[in-house]
Amino acid sequence: MLIPGCIYILINNYIPMSGLTIAFKKINYRIGIWDSPWVGFKNFEFLFKTREAWTITRNTILYNVTFIVIGTFIAVGVAMLLNTVRQNAARKTYQTLILLPHLISIVVVSYLVYGFLSSESGFVNNSILEKLGLHPISWYSTSKYWPYIIVIVSIWKSFGYSCIIYYATLVGIDKSYYEAAVIDGANKWKQMKHITLPGLKSIIIILTLMSISKIFYSDFGLFYQVPMNSGALIDATNTIDTYVYRGLTKLNNVGMASAAGFYQSIVGFVLVIAANYMVKKIDKDSALF
Amino acid sequence: MVDNNKGFQLFAHFMMILLALFCMIPFALLIVSSITDEKTLIHNGYSFIPSALDFTAYKFLLSDSNSIVKAYGITLLVTAIGTAANIVLTTLMAYPLSRKDLPGRNVFSFFIFFTMLFSGGLVPSYIMWTQYFDIKNTIWALIVPGMLLTAFNIIMMRTYFTTNIPEAVVEAAKIDGASESGTLMKVILPMSMPIMATLGLLVGLSYWNDWLNGLYYITDADLFSIQVLLNKMLLDVQFLMSSASSGMGSGLSATLPSTAIKMAVAVLGCLPVMVIYPFFQRFFVKGITVGAVKG
Repeated sequence: MLIPGCIYILINNYIPMSGLTIAFKKINYRIGIWDSPWVGFKNFEFLFKTREAWTITRNTILYNVTFIVIGTFIAVGVAMLLNTVRQNAARKTYQTLILLPHLISIVVVSYLVYGFLSSESGFVNNSILEKLGLHPISWYSTSKYWPYIIVIVSIWKSFGYSCIIYYATLVGIDKSYYEAAVIDGANKWKQMKHITLPGLKSIIIILTLMSISKIFYSDFGLFYQVPMNSGALIDATNTIDTYVYRGLTKLNNVGMASAAGFYQSIVGFVLVIAANYMVKKIDKDSALF
Repeated sequence: MVDNNKGFQLFAHFMMILLALFCMIPFALLIVSSITDEKTLIHNGYSFIPSALDFTAYKFLLSDSNSIVKAYGITLLVTAIGTAANIVLTTLMAYPLSRKDLPGRNVFSFFIFFTMLFSGGLVPSYIMWTQYFDIKNTIWALIVPGMLLTAFNIIMMRTYFTTNIPEAVVEAAKIDGASESGTLMKVILPMSMPIMATLGLLVGLSYWNDWLNGLYYITDADLFSIQVLLNKMLLDVQFLMSSASSGMGSGLSATLPSTAIKMAVAVLGCLPVMVIYPFFQRFFVKGITVGAVKG
Protein backbone atom coordinates (compact mmCIF):
# COMPACT_ATOMS: atom_id res chain seq x y z
CA MET A 1 0.00 0.00 0.00
CA LEU A 2 2.85 2.33 0.77
CA ILE A 3 4.55 1.85 -2.57
CA PRO A 4 2.80 4.42 -4.83
CA GLY A 5 3.03 7.18 -2.26
CA CYS A 6 6.66 6.43 -1.45
CA ILE A 7 7.60 6.50 -5.11
CA TYR A 8 5.92 9.85 -5.52
CA ILE A 9 7.65 11.31 -2.48
CA LEU A 10 10.96 9.93 -3.66
CA ILE A 11 10.56 11.60 -7.02
CA ASN A 12 8.88 14.81 -5.97
CA ASN A 13 10.84 15.53 -2.81
CA TYR A 14 14.04 13.52 -2.59
CA ILE A 15 15.42 13.70 -6.11
CA PRO A 16 15.30 17.52 -6.08
CA MET A 17 17.23 17.42 -2.80
CA SER A 18 20.07 15.66 -4.54
CA GLY A 19 19.65 18.24 -7.28
CA LEU A 20 20.86 20.88 -4.85
CA THR A 21 24.33 19.94 -6.01
CA ILE A 22 23.69 21.93 -9.19
CA ALA A 23 24.39 25.00 -7.09
CA PHE A 24 28.03 23.95 -7.33
CA LYS A 25 27.96 23.38 -11.08
CA LYS A 26 27.95 25.37 -14.24
CA ILE A 27 24.86 24.02 -15.88
CA ASN A 28 24.98 23.20 -19.53
CA TYR A 29 21.78 21.60 -20.75
CA ARG A 30 23.41 20.27 -23.88
CA ILE A 31 25.79 17.97 -22.10
CA GLY A 32 23.32 17.21 -19.31
CA ILE A 33 23.24 18.07 -15.65
CA TRP A 34 25.35 15.21 -14.40
CA ASP A 35 28.15 15.93 -16.85
CA SER A 36 28.17 19.68 -16.30
CA PRO A 37 31.47 20.80 -14.81
CA TRP A 38 31.89 21.50 -11.11
CA VAL A 39 32.73 25.07 -10.27
CA GLY A 40 32.94 24.88 -6.49
CA PHE A 41 31.63 28.00 -4.79
CA LYS A 42 31.75 30.21 -7.90
CA ASN A 43 27.96 30.56 -8.08
CA PHE A 44 27.82 31.64 -4.46
CA GLU A 45 30.66 34.09 -4.98
CA PHE A 46 28.78 35.70 -7.84
CA LEU A 47 25.54 35.73 -5.90
CA PHE A 48 26.89 37.34 -2.76
CA LYS A 49 28.85 39.92 -4.70
CA THR A 50 25.64 41.30 -6.21
CA ARG A 51 23.58 43.92 -4.44
CA GLU A 52 20.54 41.67 -4.85
CA ALA A 53 21.82 39.09 -2.39
CA TRP A 54 21.53 41.63 0.39
CA THR A 55 18.25 43.10 -0.89
CA ILE A 56 16.45 39.78 -1.16
CA THR A 57 17.65 38.59 2.24
CA ARG A 58 16.66 41.85 3.88
CA ASN A 59 13.26 41.97 2.17
CA THR A 60 12.41 38.37 2.94
CA ILE A 61 13.30 38.67 6.61
CA LEU A 62 11.92 42.15 7.26
CA TYR A 63 8.58 41.41 5.62
CA ASN A 64 8.23 38.18 7.53
CA VAL A 65 9.07 39.83 10.85
CA THR A 66 6.48 42.51 10.16
CA PHE A 67 3.87 39.91 9.22
CA ILE A 68 4.58 37.95 12.39
CA VAL A 69 4.40 40.93 14.75
CA ILE A 70 1.39 42.74 13.28
CA GLY A 71 -0.37 39.55 12.26
CA THR A 72 -0.17 37.97 15.69
CA PHE A 73 -1.29 41.14 17.39
CA ILE A 74 -4.35 41.53 15.17
CA ALA A 75 -5.28 37.86 15.16
CA VAL A 76 -5.17 37.57 18.95
CA GLY A 77 -7.16 40.77 19.35
CA VAL A 78 -9.81 39.70 16.88
CA ALA A 79 -10.03 36.25 18.44
CA MET A 80 -10.77 37.88 21.79
CA LEU A 81 -13.43 40.11 20.26
CA LEU A 82 -14.97 37.12 18.54
CA ASN A 83 -15.04 35.32 21.83
CA THR A 84 -16.93 38.19 23.46
CA VAL A 85 -19.74 38.00 20.92
CA ARG A 86 -22.37 35.79 22.47
CA GLN A 87 -24.92 35.39 19.69
CA ASN A 88 -24.04 32.14 17.93
CA ALA A 89 -25.32 33.14 14.53
CA ALA A 90 -23.45 36.45 14.54
CA ARG A 91 -20.25 34.77 15.63
CA LYS A 92 -20.51 32.20 12.84
CA THR A 93 -21.13 34.92 10.30
CA TYR A 94 -18.13 36.99 11.37
CA GLN A 95 -15.98 33.90 11.37
CA THR A 96 -17.13 32.97 7.88
CA LEU A 97 -16.52 36.43 6.48
CA ILE A 98 -13.06 37.04 7.89
CA LEU A 99 -11.86 33.64 6.70
CA LEU A 100 -12.95 34.20 3.11
CA PRO A 101 -9.85 36.11 1.95
CA HIS A 102 -7.73 33.16 3.01
CA LEU A 103 -9.51 30.90 0.52
CA ILE A 104 -9.12 33.11 -2.51
CA SER A 105 -6.18 32.56 -4.80
CA ILE A 106 -3.47 35.18 -4.78
CA VAL A 107 -4.13 35.82 -8.45
CA VAL A 108 -7.64 37.01 -7.67
CA VAL A 109 -6.19 39.04 -4.79
CA SER A 110 -3.96 40.82 -7.27
CA TYR A 111 -7.08 41.77 -9.25
CA LEU A 112 -8.63 43.16 -6.09
CA VAL A 113 -5.52 45.25 -5.46
CA TYR A 114 -5.51 46.31 -9.09
CA GLY A 115 -9.11 47.47 -8.76
CA PHE A 116 -8.01 49.87 -6.05
CA LEU A 117 -4.63 50.93 -7.36
CA SER A 118 -4.72 50.83 -11.15
CA SER A 119 -3.50 54.22 -12.34
CA GLU A 120 -6.19 54.87 -14.96
CA SER A 121 -9.24 53.21 -13.48
CA GLY A 122 -8.31 52.40 -9.89
CA PHE A 123 -10.68 53.30 -7.10
CA VAL A 124 -8.10 55.16 -5.02
CA ASN A 125 -6.91 57.46 -7.78
CA ASN A 126 -10.35 58.14 -9.25
CA SER A 127 -12.64 58.24 -6.27
CA ILE A 128 -10.45 59.27 -3.35
CA LEU A 129 -7.43 61.28 -4.48
CA GLU A 130 -9.36 63.15 -7.16
CA LYS A 131 -12.15 64.15 -4.78
CA LEU A 132 -9.56 65.37 -2.31
CA GLY A 133 -7.98 67.40 -5.05
CA LEU A 134 -4.75 65.42 -4.97
CA HIS A 135 -2.72 64.26 -7.91
CA PRO A 136 -3.18 60.66 -8.92
CA ILE A 137 -0.33 58.38 -7.95
CA SER A 138 1.01 55.79 -10.30
CA TRP A 139 1.10 53.04 -7.72
CA TYR A 140 2.67 50.36 -9.82
CA SER A 141 5.79 52.35 -10.44
CA THR A 142 6.35 54.04 -7.08
CA SER A 143 8.16 51.65 -4.83
CA LYS A 144 7.99 53.62 -1.58
CA TYR A 145 4.34 52.67 -1.01
CA TRP A 146 4.79 48.98 -1.56
CA PRO A 147 6.08 47.89 1.83
CA TYR A 148 2.78 49.14 3.27
CA ILE A 149 0.65 47.71 0.49
CA ILE A 150 2.28 44.28 0.79
CA VAL A 151 1.81 44.23 4.55
CA ILE A 152 -1.84 45.28 4.32
CA VAL A 153 -2.60 42.69 1.65
CA SER A 154 -0.82 39.97 3.56
CA ILE A 155 -2.64 40.76 6.81
CA TRP A 156 -5.96 41.04 4.97
CA LYS A 157 -5.48 37.61 3.51
CA SER A 158 -4.21 35.80 6.56
CA PHE A 159 -5.54 37.27 9.79
CA GLY A 160 -8.80 35.32 9.61
CA TYR A 161 -6.87 32.08 9.45
CA SER A 162 -4.72 32.62 12.52
CA CYS A 163 -7.61 34.27 14.32
CA ILE A 164 -9.57 31.04 14.04
CA ILE A 165 -6.71 29.05 15.53
CA TYR A 166 -6.52 31.42 18.49
CA TYR A 167 -10.27 31.44 18.83
CA ALA A 168 -10.35 27.63 18.97
CA THR A 169 -7.88 27.81 21.85
CA LEU A 170 -9.87 30.51 23.62
CA VAL A 171 -13.02 28.42 23.50
CA GLY A 172 -11.08 25.70 25.27
CA ILE A 173 -10.31 27.86 28.31
CA ASP A 174 -12.37 26.70 31.26
CA LYS A 175 -15.25 29.14 31.87
CA SER A 176 -15.06 28.64 35.61
CA TYR A 177 -11.80 30.61 35.75
CA TYR A 178 -13.66 33.66 34.55
CA GLU A 179 -16.56 33.07 36.92
CA ALA A 180 -14.13 32.83 39.82
CA ALA A 181 -12.36 35.97 38.66
CA VAL A 182 -15.64 37.89 38.48
CA ILE A 183 -16.51 36.81 42.02
CA ASP A 184 -13.11 38.03 43.12
CA GLY A 185 -13.92 41.36 41.55
CA ALA A 186 -11.57 41.21 38.53
CA ASN A 187 -12.47 43.64 35.79
CA LYS A 188 -12.18 42.97 32.09
CA TRP A 189 -8.56 44.00 31.82
CA LYS A 190 -7.57 41.86 34.74
CA GLN A 191 -9.43 38.88 33.28
CA MET A 192 -7.67 39.37 29.99
CA LYS A 193 -4.26 39.80 31.57
CA HIS A 194 -4.46 36.93 34.03
CA ILE A 195 -6.63 34.34 32.28
CA THR A 196 -7.00 34.92 28.56
CA LEU A 197 -3.44 35.81 27.64
CA PRO A 198 -1.80 33.12 29.78
CA GLY A 199 -4.23 30.64 28.23
CA LEU A 200 -3.11 31.67 24.77
CA LYS A 201 0.56 31.96 25.62
CA SER A 202 1.77 28.59 24.47
CA ILE A 203 -0.14 28.61 21.15
CA ILE A 204 1.12 32.13 20.41
CA ILE A 205 4.69 31.07 21.06
CA ILE A 206 4.32 27.93 18.98
CA LEU A 207 2.76 29.66 15.98
CA THR A 208 5.36 32.41 16.17
CA LEU A 209 8.23 29.94 16.27
CA MET A 210 6.72 28.10 13.34
CA SER A 211 6.58 31.33 11.37
CA ILE A 212 10.14 32.12 12.36
CA SER A 213 11.20 28.76 10.99
CA LYS A 214 9.73 29.85 7.67
CA ILE A 215 11.26 33.30 7.76
CA PHE A 216 13.48 32.55 4.79
CA TYR A 217 10.52 31.68 2.60
CA SER A 218 7.99 34.07 1.16
CA ASP A 219 4.64 33.79 -0.54
CA PHE A 220 5.71 33.93 -4.16
CA GLY A 221 2.33 35.18 -5.37
CA LEU A 222 2.23 38.03 -2.91
CA PHE A 223 5.56 39.41 -4.04
CA TYR A 224 5.39 38.55 -7.72
CA GLN A 225 1.75 38.69 -8.70
CA VAL A 226 0.30 41.42 -6.51
CA PRO A 227 2.87 44.06 -7.62
CA MET A 228 2.23 42.73 -11.16
CA ASN A 229 5.90 41.84 -11.62
CA SER A 230 6.61 45.52 -12.07
CA GLY A 231 10.27 46.29 -12.66
CA ALA A 232 10.09 49.66 -10.94
CA LEU A 233 9.08 48.01 -7.69
CA ILE A 234 11.76 45.39 -7.59
CA ASP A 235 13.76 46.88 -4.73
CA ALA A 236 10.72 46.78 -2.49
CA THR A 237 9.28 43.48 -3.66
CA ASN A 238 12.14 41.18 -4.56
CA THR A 239 12.45 38.24 -2.16
CA ILE A 240 14.45 35.05 -2.33
CA ASP A 241 11.58 33.18 -3.95
CA THR A 242 10.95 35.74 -6.67
CA TYR A 243 14.68 36.05 -7.26
CA VAL A 244 15.02 32.31 -7.79
CA TYR A 245 12.09 32.29 -10.18
CA ARG A 246 13.34 35.25 -12.18
CA GLY A 247 16.82 33.78 -12.31
CA LEU A 248 15.42 30.52 -13.55
CA THR A 249 13.24 31.95 -16.30
CA LYS A 250 13.95 35.54 -17.26
CA LEU A 251 17.62 36.21 -16.62
CA ASN A 252 18.48 32.71 -17.64
CA ASN A 253 20.97 32.48 -14.86
CA VAL A 254 20.45 29.02 -13.45
CA GLY A 255 23.71 29.13 -11.52
CA MET A 256 22.80 32.08 -9.33
CA ALA A 257 19.19 30.96 -9.00
CA SER A 258 20.28 27.57 -7.77
CA ALA A 259 22.82 29.12 -5.42
CA ALA A 260 20.08 31.30 -3.97
CA GLY A 261 17.80 28.26 -3.71
CA PHE A 262 20.53 26.32 -1.92
CA TYR A 263 21.10 29.21 0.46
CA GLN A 264 17.36 29.28 1.20
CA SER A 265 17.08 25.50 1.71
CA ILE A 266 20.03 25.27 4.08
CA VAL A 267 19.29 28.34 6.19
CA GLY A 268 15.60 27.34 6.21
CA PHE A 269 16.50 23.88 7.46
CA VAL A 270 18.70 25.24 10.25
CA LEU A 271 15.91 27.60 11.29
CA VAL A 272 13.31 24.81 11.43
CA ILE A 273 15.57 22.70 13.62
CA ALA A 274 16.34 25.65 15.88
CA ALA A 275 12.71 26.70 16.18
CA ASN A 276 11.65 23.18 16.97
CA TYR A 277 14.31 22.93 19.64
CA MET A 278 12.90 26.05 21.27
CA VAL A 279 9.32 24.78 21.06
CA LYS A 280 10.43 21.59 22.71
CA LYS A 281 11.89 23.52 25.61
CA ILE A 282 8.64 25.39 26.14
CA ASP A 283 6.11 22.66 25.56
CA LYS A 284 7.19 19.14 24.78
CA ASP A 285 3.90 18.05 23.24
CA SER A 286 3.82 20.82 20.67
CA ALA A 287 7.18 20.11 19.13
CA LEU A 288 7.15 18.82 15.58
CA PHE A 289 9.53 16.01 16.39
CA MET B 1 -15.00 35.90 28.99
CA VAL B 2 -17.98 36.13 31.27
CA ASP B 3 -19.45 39.38 30.28
CA ASN B 4 -22.77 40.98 30.89
CA ASN B 5 -21.68 44.42 29.90
CA LYS B 6 -23.99 45.61 27.10
CA GLY B 7 -21.61 48.35 26.03
CA PHE B 8 -18.72 46.00 25.53
CA GLN B 9 -20.90 43.56 23.61
CA LEU B 10 -21.90 46.34 21.27
CA PHE B 11 -18.30 47.39 20.88
CA ALA B 12 -17.31 43.83 19.95
CA HIS B 13 -20.10 43.63 17.37
CA PHE B 14 -19.14 46.99 15.96
CA MET B 15 -15.49 46.02 15.59
CA MET B 16 -16.32 42.64 14.07
CA ILE B 17 -18.67 44.24 11.56
CA LEU B 18 -15.93 46.66 10.58
CA LEU B 19 -13.47 43.80 10.13
CA ALA B 20 -15.96 41.76 8.14
CA LEU B 21 -16.52 44.78 5.89
CA PHE B 22 -12.76 45.21 5.55
CA CYS B 23 -12.65 41.65 4.25
CA MET B 24 -15.66 41.96 1.96
CA ILE B 25 -15.25 45.42 0.45
CA PRO B 26 -12.61 44.46 -2.12
CA PHE B 27 -14.92 41.72 -3.39
CA ALA B 28 -17.75 44.21 -3.64
CA LEU B 29 -15.60 46.51 -5.73
CA LEU B 30 -14.65 43.59 -7.94
CA ILE B 31 -18.22 42.46 -8.54
CA VAL B 32 -19.68 45.92 -9.05
CA SER B 33 -16.87 46.85 -11.45
CA SER B 34 -17.48 43.77 -13.54
CA ILE B 35 -21.07 44.85 -14.24
CA THR B 36 -20.38 48.52 -14.71
CA ASP B 37 -20.87 50.12 -18.08
CA GLU B 38 -17.56 50.47 -19.94
CA LYS B 39 -17.89 54.19 -20.61
CA THR B 40 -18.55 54.85 -16.96
CA LEU B 41 -15.47 52.82 -16.11
CA ILE B 42 -13.22 54.70 -18.43
CA HIS B 43 -14.52 57.99 -17.15
CA ASN B 44 -14.87 57.36 -13.42
CA GLY B 45 -12.74 54.28 -12.81
CA TYR B 46 -13.79 51.34 -10.68
CA SER B 47 -16.28 52.36 -8.02
CA PHE B 48 -18.88 50.95 -5.66
CA ILE B 49 -21.84 52.89 -6.95
CA PRO B 50 -21.67 53.07 -10.73
CA SER B 51 -23.95 55.35 -12.70
CA ALA B 52 -24.75 52.73 -15.33
CA LEU B 53 -24.84 48.95 -15.31
CA ASP B 54 -23.95 46.66 -18.13
CA PHE B 55 -23.58 42.90 -18.36
CA THR B 56 -21.75 42.77 -21.68
CA ALA B 57 -18.56 41.50 -20.05
CA TYR B 58 -20.29 38.35 -18.83
CA LYS B 59 -22.22 37.83 -22.04
CA PHE B 60 -18.96 37.98 -23.85
CA LEU B 61 -17.06 35.73 -21.45
CA LEU B 62 -19.69 33.05 -21.40
CA SER B 63 -20.13 32.92 -25.13
CA ASP B 64 -19.02 29.65 -26.62
CA SER B 65 -15.57 28.70 -27.85
CA ASN B 66 -14.02 31.28 -25.63
CA SER B 67 -10.73 30.64 -23.89
CA ILE B 68 -12.32 31.27 -20.50
CA VAL B 69 -14.84 28.48 -20.89
CA LYS B 70 -12.02 26.18 -21.88
CA ALA B 71 -9.86 27.22 -18.93
CA TYR B 72 -12.79 26.54 -16.65
CA GLY B 73 -13.08 23.05 -18.06
CA ILE B 74 -9.37 22.40 -17.56
CA THR B 75 -9.47 23.66 -14.00
CA LEU B 76 -12.48 21.49 -13.20
CA LEU B 77 -10.81 18.44 -14.70
CA VAL B 78 -7.52 19.07 -12.91
CA THR B 79 -9.27 19.71 -9.61
CA ALA B 80 -11.33 16.53 -9.90
CA ILE B 81 -8.47 14.23 -10.92
CA GLY B 82 -5.96 15.85 -8.60
CA THR B 83 -8.18 15.74 -5.55
CA ALA B 84 -9.24 12.15 -6.12
CA ALA B 85 -5.68 10.99 -6.70
CA ASN B 86 -4.40 12.94 -3.74
CA ILE B 87 -6.96 11.47 -1.35
CA VAL B 88 -6.36 7.91 -2.57
CA LEU B 89 -2.58 8.26 -2.23
CA THR B 90 -2.84 9.95 1.15
CA THR B 91 -5.12 7.21 2.47
CA LEU B 92 -2.82 4.50 1.16
CA MET B 93 0.08 6.11 3.02
CA ALA B 94 -1.74 7.09 6.17
CA TYR B 95 -3.49 3.81 6.89
CA PRO B 96 -0.42 1.53 7.12
CA LEU B 97 1.38 4.20 9.11
CA SER B 98 -1.44 4.27 11.62
CA ARG B 99 -0.95 0.57 12.35
CA LYS B 100 1.42 -0.25 15.13
CA ASP B 101 2.35 -3.62 13.57
CA LEU B 102 3.83 -2.09 10.41
CA PRO B 103 7.46 -3.18 10.10
CA GLY B 104 9.83 -0.23 9.80
CA ARG B 105 7.10 2.20 10.77
CA ASN B 106 9.52 4.76 12.13
CA VAL B 107 11.63 4.66 9.00
CA PHE B 108 8.58 5.38 6.83
CA SER B 109 7.41 8.10 9.17
CA PHE B 110 10.76 9.80 9.03
CA PHE B 111 10.92 9.39 5.27
CA ILE B 112 7.69 11.36 5.00
CA PHE B 113 8.35 13.78 7.79
CA PHE B 114 11.75 14.85 6.56
CA THR B 115 10.16 16.39 3.46
CA MET B 116 8.55 18.94 5.75
CA LEU B 117 11.93 20.06 7.04
CA PHE B 118 14.04 20.18 3.97
CA SER B 119 13.39 20.68 0.31
CA GLY B 120 15.40 20.96 -2.84
CA GLY B 121 13.61 24.11 -3.86
CA LEU B 122 12.38 25.32 -7.19
CA VAL B 123 15.43 25.02 -9.42
CA PRO B 124 16.17 21.28 -9.09
CA SER B 125 12.44 20.44 -9.18
CA TYR B 126 11.94 22.51 -12.26
CA ILE B 127 14.89 20.93 -14.03
CA MET B 128 13.80 17.44 -13.05
CA TRP B 129 10.18 17.80 -14.18
CA THR B 130 11.03 19.49 -17.43
CA GLN B 131 14.21 17.67 -18.47
CA TYR B 132 13.59 14.15 -17.24
CA PHE B 133 9.82 13.81 -17.12
CA ASP B 134 9.01 16.05 -20.04
CA ILE B 135 6.03 17.41 -18.23
CA LYS B 136 6.10 20.85 -19.77
CA ASN B 137 2.87 21.75 -21.54
CA THR B 138 0.98 18.63 -20.58
CA ILE B 139 -2.05 18.46 -18.36
CA TRP B 140 0.05 16.46 -15.86
CA ALA B 141 2.07 19.57 -15.10
CA LEU B 142 -1.02 21.00 -13.44
CA ILE B 143 -1.67 17.88 -11.38
CA VAL B 144 1.55 16.16 -10.45
CA PRO B 145 4.40 18.44 -9.31
CA GLY B 146 4.31 19.13 -5.62
CA MET B 147 0.59 18.74 -5.10
CA LEU B 148 -0.24 15.08 -5.37
CA LEU B 149 0.78 14.13 -1.88
CA THR B 150 1.90 16.24 1.04
CA ALA B 151 3.47 15.11 4.27
CA PHE B 152 1.18 17.38 6.20
CA ASN B 153 -2.00 15.70 4.95
CA ILE B 154 -0.61 12.23 5.52
CA ILE B 155 0.19 13.09 9.11
CA MET B 156 -3.23 14.67 9.63
CA MET B 157 -5.02 11.59 8.32
CA ARG B 158 -2.78 9.19 10.20
CA THR B 159 -3.49 11.03 13.42
CA TYR B 160 -7.20 10.78 12.72
CA PHE B 161 -6.92 7.02 12.18
CA THR B 162 -4.93 6.43 15.34
CA THR B 163 -7.11 8.57 17.58
CA ASN B 164 -10.59 7.95 16.21
CA ILE B 165 -10.54 4.30 15.20
CA PRO B 166 -10.08 1.85 18.06
CA GLU B 167 -7.55 -0.90 17.44
CA ALA B 168 -10.16 -3.43 18.47
CA VAL B 169 -12.16 -2.64 15.35
CA VAL B 170 -9.23 -3.52 13.11
CA GLU B 171 -8.54 -6.67 15.10
CA ALA B 172 -12.17 -7.75 14.89
CA ALA B 173 -12.09 -7.33 11.13
CA LYS B 174 -8.95 -9.45 10.97
CA ILE B 175 -10.50 -12.21 13.04
CA ASP B 176 -13.46 -12.19 10.69
CA GLY B 177 -10.99 -12.91 7.90
CA ALA B 178 -10.88 -9.53 6.19
CA SER B 179 -7.75 -8.78 4.15
CA GLU B 180 -5.80 -5.57 4.75
CA SER B 181 -7.36 -3.85 1.77
CA GLY B 182 -10.76 -5.20 2.74
CA THR B 183 -10.36 -3.75 6.21
CA LEU B 184 -9.41 -0.39 4.79
CA MET B 185 -12.30 -0.30 2.32
CA LYS B 186 -15.11 -1.75 4.42
CA VAL B 187 -14.18 -0.81 7.97
CA ILE B 188 -11.84 2.15 8.08
CA LEU B 189 -13.19 4.29 5.25
CA PRO B 190 -16.82 4.39 6.41
CA MET B 191 -15.55 5.51 9.80
CA SER B 192 -13.36 8.26 8.38
CA MET B 193 -15.77 10.36 6.37
CA PRO B 194 -15.22 13.56 8.39
CA ILE B 195 -11.47 13.64 7.74
CA MET B 196 -11.97 12.61 4.10
CA ALA B 197 -14.39 15.47 3.57
CA THR B 198 -12.16 17.98 5.31
CA LEU B 199 -9.01 16.99 3.47
CA GLY B 200 -10.89 16.61 0.20
CA LEU B 201 -12.14 20.17 0.42
CA LEU B 202 -8.75 21.59 1.35
CA VAL B 203 -7.00 19.70 -1.44
CA GLY B 204 -9.72 20.63 -3.93
CA LEU B 205 -9.35 24.26 -2.95
CA SER B 206 -5.59 24.17 -3.41
CA TYR B 207 -6.00 22.64 -6.88
CA TRP B 208 -8.63 25.18 -7.84
CA ASN B 209 -6.45 28.06 -6.65
CA ASP B 210 -3.17 26.74 -7.95
CA TRP B 211 -1.44 28.88 -10.51
CA LEU B 212 2.22 28.23 -9.74
CA ASN B 213 2.42 24.93 -11.57
CA GLY B 214 0.75 26.61 -14.51
CA LEU B 215 3.18 29.50 -14.35
CA TYR B 216 6.21 27.24 -14.17
CA TYR B 217 5.31 24.52 -16.60
CA ILE B 218 2.63 25.74 -19.02
CA THR B 219 3.26 28.07 -21.91
CA ASP B 220 0.65 26.66 -24.26
CA ALA B 221 -2.48 28.83 -24.03
CA ASP B 222 -4.71 25.83 -24.76
CA LEU B 223 -3.76 24.30 -21.43
CA PHE B 224 -4.20 27.34 -19.22
CA SER B 225 -6.21 26.78 -16.09
CA ILE B 226 -8.46 29.60 -14.98
CA GLN B 227 -5.91 30.96 -12.50
CA VAL B 228 -3.10 30.94 -15.03
CA LEU B 229 -5.35 32.66 -17.52
CA LEU B 230 -6.22 35.29 -14.92
CA ASN B 231 -2.56 35.80 -14.23
CA LYS B 232 -1.76 36.25 -17.92
CA MET B 233 -4.65 38.62 -18.49
CA LEU B 234 -3.64 40.92 -15.69
CA LEU B 235 -0.01 41.16 -16.67
CA ASP B 236 -0.54 41.31 -20.37
CA VAL B 237 -3.24 43.42 -21.97
CA GLN B 238 -2.30 42.13 -25.39
CA PHE B 239 -3.10 38.66 -24.24
CA LEU B 240 -6.55 39.68 -23.12
CA MET B 241 -7.25 41.12 -26.54
CA SER B 242 -5.89 38.20 -28.50
CA SER B 243 -7.61 35.52 -26.48
CA ALA B 244 -10.79 37.54 -26.57
CA SER B 245 -10.84 38.08 -30.28
CA SER B 246 -10.15 34.44 -31.03
CA GLY B 247 -13.55 33.75 -29.54
CA MET B 248 -15.52 36.51 -31.19
CA GLY B 249 -13.97 37.33 -34.50
CA SER B 250 -11.49 40.14 -34.74
CA GLY B 251 -13.94 42.89 -35.68
CA LEU B 252 -15.43 42.99 -32.24
CA SER B 253 -12.27 43.37 -30.25
CA ALA B 254 -12.28 47.12 -30.69
CA THR B 255 -15.57 47.44 -28.82
CA LEU B 256 -14.64 45.02 -26.09
CA PRO B 257 -15.36 46.22 -22.59
CA SER B 258 -11.83 45.28 -21.55
CA THR B 259 -11.80 47.21 -18.28
CA ALA B 260 -14.90 45.41 -17.09
CA ILE B 261 -13.83 42.08 -18.54
CA LYS B 262 -10.74 42.03 -16.36
CA MET B 263 -12.89 42.19 -13.28
CA ALA B 264 -15.46 39.77 -14.67
CA VAL B 265 -12.82 37.09 -15.24
CA ALA B 266 -11.62 37.49 -11.69
CA VAL B 267 -15.19 37.13 -10.44
CA LEU B 268 -15.54 33.91 -12.41
CA GLY B 269 -12.22 32.72 -11.02
CA CYS B 270 -13.31 32.93 -7.41
CA LEU B 271 -17.05 32.40 -7.81
CA PRO B 272 -17.07 28.64 -7.19
CA VAL B 273 -15.13 29.09 -3.98
CA MET B 274 -17.44 31.84 -2.75
CA VAL B 275 -20.54 29.82 -3.61
CA ILE B 276 -19.40 26.55 -2.07
CA TYR B 277 -17.65 27.98 0.96
CA PRO B 278 -20.60 29.02 3.17
CA PHE B 279 -22.06 25.51 2.96
CA PHE B 280 -18.84 23.77 3.91
CA GLN B 281 -17.56 26.44 6.23
CA ARG B 282 -17.35 24.09 9.21
CA PHE B 283 -15.08 21.71 7.28
CA PHE B 284 -12.68 24.49 6.42
CA VAL B 285 -12.63 25.70 10.00
CA LYS B 286 -12.09 22.14 11.16
CA GLY B 287 -9.26 21.64 8.71
CA ILE B 288 -7.54 24.75 10.01
CA THR B 289 -7.90 23.95 13.68
CA VAL B 290 -6.98 20.29 13.30
CA GLY B 291 -4.05 21.09 11.05
CA ALA B 292 -2.64 23.90 13.12
CA VAL B 293 -2.36 21.92 16.30
CA LYS B 294 0.30 19.51 15.11
CA GLY B 295 -0.98 16.90 12.66
